[in-house]
Amino acid sequence: MVSTPVRALTYAQAVNESFHQEFERDPSVILMGEDVAGGAGRDEFEDAWGGVFKLTGGLIAKYGPDRVRDTPISENGFMGAAVGAAATGLRPIADLMFVGFVGVCGDQIFNNMSKMHYMFGGKVNLPLTVITSTGAGVGSAAQHSETLYSIFVHFPGLKCVAPSNPYNAKGLHTAAIRDNDPVIVFNNKLLMGGARGPGTGAGIHVPEDSYEFPIGKADRPREGTDVTLIGISYTTLQCLKAAEILEQKGFSAEVIDLLSLSPLDEDAILSSVKKTRNVVIVDEDYPMCSMASELSALIAEQAFDFLDSPPIRLCAPHASVPYSPVLEAEYIPSPEKIAQSALSILE
Amino acid sequence: MAKSQSSISKDKLMWMYETLVLIRRFEEQAKREADQGRILGTHSAIGEEATPTGICAHLRDDDYVLGNHRSHHHCIAKGVDINEMMAELLGKATGTNKGKGGTMHIADATKGMLGANGVVGSNIPVATGCALSAKVQGKDSVSVVFFGDGASSQGSLHESMNLAAIWNLPVLFVCENNRYAESTPFEYAVAGQSVANRAAGYGMPGVTVDGQNVIEVYEVAGEAVERARKGDGPTLIEAMTYRYHGHFGADNPMGYRTPEEQKYYEDKDCIIAMEQFLVDNGTATKKQLEEIDNDAKARVEKATQFAIDSAYPDPSELLSDVYIKYP
Repeated sequence: MVSTPVRALTYAQAVNESFHQEFERDPSVILMGEDVAGGAGRDEFEDAWGGVFKLTGGLIAKYGPDRVRDTPISENGFMGAAVGAAATGLRPIADLMFVGFVGVCGDQIFNNMSKMHYMFGGKVNLPLTVITSTGAGVGSAAQHSETLYSIFVHFPGLKCVAPSNPYNAKGLHTAAIRDNDPVIVFNNKLLMGGARGPGTGAGIHVPEDSYEFPIGKADRPREGTDVTLIGISYTTLQCLKAAEILEQKGFSAEVIDLLSLSPLDEDAILSSVKKTRNVVIVDEDYPMCSMASELSALIAEQAFDFLDSPPIRLCAPHASVPYSPVLEAEYIPSPEKIAQSALSILE
Repeated sequence: MAKSQSSISKDKLMWMYETLVLIRRFEEQAKREADQGRILGTHSAIGEEATPTGICAHLRDDDYVLGNHRSHHHCIAKGVDINEMMAELLGKATGTNKGKGGTMHIADATKGMLGANGVVGSNIPVATGCALSAKVQGKDSVSVVFFGDGASSQGSLHESMNLAAIWNLPVLFVCENNRYAESTPFEYAVAGQSVANRAAGYGMPGVTVDGQNVIEVYEVAGEAVERARKGDGPTLIEAMTYRYHGHFGADNPMGYRTPEEQKYYEDKDCIIAMEQFLVDNGTATKKQLEEIDNDAKARVEKATQFAIDSAYPDPSELLSDVYIKYP
């Protein structure tokens, strides 16, 4: 067998490649957000930042300030502008730097973006993508470390995806941009390497040619027979590590990488749980009314007779994200805690 | 500096100098902590010391100050204990917020410091509410909110200025215009090239002041605080200032601005200018000022040691202060 060399990109590089390809492919794609280029209006400092997480670098040099727009700090303003632009022929990408800032622009996302197509009788389309960063683990405290998936998922019709590695990150961003409806893409800060580092997921092959990873599909990065561990974004990595711990204890864990939060890949979830008969759902979000709660309800309703044990939800503690490193270290579900949860039903 | 010291008491002048220097030394130490990797990073206020110093010189413990993400200088000027602040930066249980808030959320209600805030523009309506509270309760407390030129583009400022104006509230909206919202230049992001001018639309005074000149800030703030205390309503102050370091942590500002511009502002450094003023007016000798600086360094060193020696919070703190005690 001839081995193909791995084309390894960081998560940020993979997303950046998706953006470059989509900007090239479709002149209606535009980008708006704070410091998506940086140094705005100063030719000698063009692209000073390329986005806080370096997802959007190089675009302004190639596609110009007409299509790549640094905004003032006005989330409600530019999010609404993205809605208007999407309704009238453009295909905007809006960068909500941290997901907690939805508190500033919730009006546009929840009252306009999520509803216009429906309340206008399906006669207006909004082909727009919102990218945002999520997650604890970088010492940024309560307002810059949230996850908040379920707030978005709660709104009918808002498509929501949470990539877990450079491969699916590139494919999901491409799919989101090409989709004719609003799509929210949650990018975890640790996967992107915080604001500084290279990020995780290096070593995964990322094809150079553009491709879509379908919205609405989960992935199964590890097969197993005794328990299903469902991860979302960064917690998928934690689940994969937990599966190794469980293997050492003699148990075979299957890992489902949710990827699409809305719509859900119910078949992938239910077929795995029906096979393993046990499930631990690992979600970094606040537990009440979370994705984990939703999945637990789905599994209880649709696969009750197959279960050997009640579904377990393993979330962050029901508290805001603390600053102190010793408290934050307890916040994200760890591989050890995930394995422990699984063992509590397997042993 | 234009004004002679005659209108300002010696005690007040010396307090302002001590405060400027204490902020500078504290922020230098905070930067060292970040550079050495003991904390993730902070939004350094070095260069911007004069604005909160000149304003808080008029404030009492029962006046309110609300800040933003870059707020260590607001806290120190409002009298928050630097031992507790440094402990907070290091995530220790003895910190102002028990280690749970960190650099962007330092608060001490006993000093009227109702918090730094990580969401740009988010504290402006809250400060308006503090002013409303004072007015409804018949107190003569005033409320001051500090925000940057970046926040001036948020709807929250405009909604709050309108509310404060129609209700005639005792609030000072203080824009520290350091010319950059992260890496985005003021001249790109702010239409009309002035924040202060926006006050006219709400029928309140809007004043631009040299934010590197603590005496000028003091004088402008004095009028605004007096108006607010007398029940004559809000003021918008735009203090033109500069942050010497990047937006946050390791951000290198040379990626979006020039060394010449940096030098221009460093030559106008608020501490050097104040030293000159105090010496020229015979308020203090160089030696006395050096002693004040040495004292500030010693206090910061002590605060750092206090923070290092303090314990981390107990893991149970993760679930305390959540309003609800969950099972």
